[in-house]
Formats: sequence, C-alpha cells, structure tokens
Amino acid sequence: MNHPDMETFNAFIEASKASKTKRRQAPSLQVEDVSLSYPAEPNALQNISLEIPSGCVTAVIGPSGCGKSTLLRCFNRMNDTIDGCRYSGSIFLDGANILSDGIDVTSLRRKVGMVFQRPNPFPKSVFDNVAYGPRLAGIRSQRQLDEIVENALRSAALWDEVKDRLDAMAGNLSLGQQQRLVIARAIAVEPEVLLLDEPASSLDPISTLKIEELIYELKSDYTIVIVTHNMQQAGRVSDYTAFMSGGRLIEFDATDRIFTNPSERATEDYITGRVG
Amino acid sequence: MQGRQHISAQFAAELDGIRSAVMEMGGKVERQIMLASEGLESRDSGPAEEAIAIDRDINRMEVEIDEQCALILARRQPAAGDLRLIISIIKLTTDLERIGDEASRVARLVIKLASAGGADPIYLHTAKVARHVSSMLREALDAFARMSVSAAVRVVLSDKEIDEDYRNGLFKLTSAMQQRPEQVEKLLDHMWALRSLERIGDHATNIAEQVVYLTRGVDIRHLGNERLENLLD
Repeated sequence: MNHPDMETFNAFIEASKASKTKRRQAPSLQVEDVSLSYPAEPNALQNISLEIPSGCVTAVIGPSGCGKSTLLRCFNRMNDTIDGCRYSGSIFLDGANILSDGIDVTSLRRKVGMVFQRPNPFPKSVFDNVAYGPRLAGIRSQRQLDEIVENALRSAALWDEVKDRLDAMAGNLSLGQQQRLVIARAIAVEPEVLLLDEPASSLDPISTLKIEELIYELKSDYTIVIVTHNMQQAGRVSDYTAFMSGGRLIEFDATDRIFTNPSERATEDYITGRVG
Repeated sequence: MQGRQHISAQFAAELDGIRSAVMEMGGKVERQIMLASEGLESRDSGPAEEAIAIDRDINRMEVEIDEQCALILARRQPAAGDLRLIISIIKLTTDLERIGDEASRVARLVIKLASAGGADPIYLHTAKVARHVSSMLREALDAFARMSVSAAVRVVLSDKEIDEDYRNGLFKLTSAMQQRPEQVEKLLDHMWALRSLERIGDHATNIAEQVVYLTRGVDIRHLGNERLENLLD
C-alpha cells in the first residue's frame, strides 16, 4: 500500500493532468455578461463577455482605471476582499461558475495562481517559498518536495541561478529573480490558470525579457492572462488581446489583428497613442 | 492619420514629414515619365536628359525615406494604422524608385532614337502608352494622398488597359519588323521602351494595392477583379 503522502501526491498529479487534458478541449475561462460594482466605483465592470482560450496568453490592455485589473481579480475572486463588492454574470472555469456563492474560494485560488506587480516572496528561504503550496496541499515527503521545487524552479527558468543557495532568504535575490521565484511558487501547485498583473513593470529590461520568455515557455501548460500597461509587451507575449475602456470590453481579438488592424476606432486610437 | 491627433506631436510631425517626402518623390517620378513621353513625341533628347538627371534625386530620396522609416520603427514601435503606413511607405518607395529606373531607361532609348532621326507612327503609340502610365501613377499617388480605397482599386483595375496597350504595341512592332527588317534594331529599342512602360504600370498597381492595405488593412495583391470591384464605393 502506498504511503498517504504518495497517494496525495499522485492524486494531485492525476487531477492536474486530467484538468489539462480537458482544458485543451474547451475555453478555459468563459466570461458571460459580468458586471461588478463597489461603493467607490459603481461601474467598475460593465457587461463583460469573452472567452479566454486555454493554453494561450491573453493580454488585457487599457488606460488606467479601465477595469483590467478588476477583471483579472474576478478570475480568482480577489475582489471579494473589497467591502461592498457586488458581481453579476458568470465566469466558467472547467464547467463551474466561479462567481457562484457556493464556490470554494481557497480551492479556486489553487487552480488560479496570481503574480503581482511587485515581487512578493515570503520571508522564507528560496526552497520554502516554492514548497509552501505543496506543503499546504498535504505533501510531506522531502523527496517529493525536492522534486516539485526543482521542477517548478526549472519551469520558471530560475533553477540554474539558485540551485546552490536554496536555503538562502528569498529577499536576497534580485528583483527579477524574486519575480521568477514568485512564478515558481505559483506553478508549484500546478494551477490551470496564471494571472499576471503587470509582472514586469518593476523590472529592468533584461529581467523583463526573461519574464516574457518564461511566459512564452509556460503557455503550453497554463492559460495565462496578463494585465500590462506596456503595449509592446502585450504585442510580444500574447496570442489574444482584450482592450478595455471605462469598465467595458471594447475589443477582443487575436493580438496579430489588434496590433495591425483593430476593428474599433477606440482600440486604434489607444494603441497608436491618439486622442480625440 | 485618421483625423485623431497623436498625443505625441513629435511623432505626428515625423509621420507627416515622411508622407510629404513620399508625395515629393512621387511627383519627381511622375515628372520623369512626362519628360520621357515629351521626348518620344518630339524626338528631342533635351527632356529625356532632364528625366535621367532626376533619377539621382529619386535614388537619394528612396534612401532617405527608408532611413526615416527604420528610425520610426526602432524608436516609436508603431502599431495598427501607423505600422501599416510605415510598411506601405517602405514598399511604395521601392516601387517609385523602380519606376524611376524604368523611366530613365525609356529616356535613354529616346536619346538613342532621337539621334537615329526619322519619324515613325510607332513613336506616337509609345508616347500614348507613356501618358497613360503617367496618369495611372498620378491616380495611384492621389489615392495615397487621400487614402481612397475606391481610387486605388480603380488604378488596379486599369492595369489591364496598359497590358492591352502593350500587346497592341507589340503587334505593331512585330508587323513593322516583318515589313522593315532593316530597322529591326530601332524597332527593338521601341519594344524595350514599351516593356519599361508596361512595368511602370505594374509598379503603379503595386502602389495602389499598398494604399488599400494602408487604409483598410486588407491585402488585395492576389484577389480577382470581381472581388476587387466589391471594394469600389
């Protein structure tokens, strides 16, 4: 009989394999008529509908205050932390409406990882940062944790830089390394979706390129949604782009099309830097 | 480009500058063809020599405009309509420069034919084709200036008239060669001139196709005439 740790580990791996197989067959995130309000912003999101395809990078662009980060935070219910926040509409992930009252938000956030603008490693070692999620999932075997941490750090293109100092405090890494560590921490729990909120805005150009390369490497395994103010970055890393303005989705299309021949005048004006 | 102002006035000025440079280059190319045509009609080498001299300006302008386009791509990373404008201009200046080369070739043949002396009705036909392609180029450049899809499509559709002129000219020339074999060399020069004019028509067509891409983002290079007619207003 297998050790309980092994059973947990195997179930974890099987579940993520099954979810990935399913994800390739159906849109990963189906947003249907989503509106969101909170006291300070009654029209934060207005009737947003779009299908974010699986295994792709989707960029959300738009001026400050357009609702792009609010939309991103809908995907892991981070807006729930805002007092008076109200949703309507649905977001389906693998067939379940993640905006419904009965959803287990903790379980949702395991499936939908998030990386923020500033790297936010825990005040722990490099190893413990990445092992944090798997330990929460019940994995205790050191051998399995070693394997998960190495794989996650390799996937985040950080292994070669930190393999000899896994016990060092994460805060001692460079900002770019910290951001890749945070991505490694997110993917260590095998999420289905990765949300990236301005993940490179605090990084220098070389670290930014490393993050962008990492996004490209990860997209075959995860559905990635990135919010960025940097339109060239959206053009470089994404397969699809959503342009938002005033809480509304103005246009959603293949990035190739958005950056060469968008359908909407407002999109054209925004990405070419024009005003009326 | 489409009525709305760039937030960066500097970028807007750069784009306006490059568009004006293309129009100026187009004007010079058009003048070259007109001079070559005048030379054909008058069998005078003066206008032809002037046409050849203009070619140096055209070559210089092609290099300058390409350099400006490269700088805008590197420094501004244009997108959407601005990106299509730069791509179109890079292609368009190549076509204008090649038209300049073809017009110079016609001008050199005019000088050669003028020195040989003698009148021939074939001169009139070649001059007529030269005027036709000159007007076609003017319309293509006008379509670029006004960003008019209809005008550009009309230019593309009119290329078949130039092809028809070319075929008629070839027929006249081959008949003349059979009747006057002693003039084969001179008639062959006419044939080369006619061939250059037909190529100018092709380059004007390319320019018009770029205008449609620039304006609508649609590549019409290999569409049939029937589908092209749908783009007319």
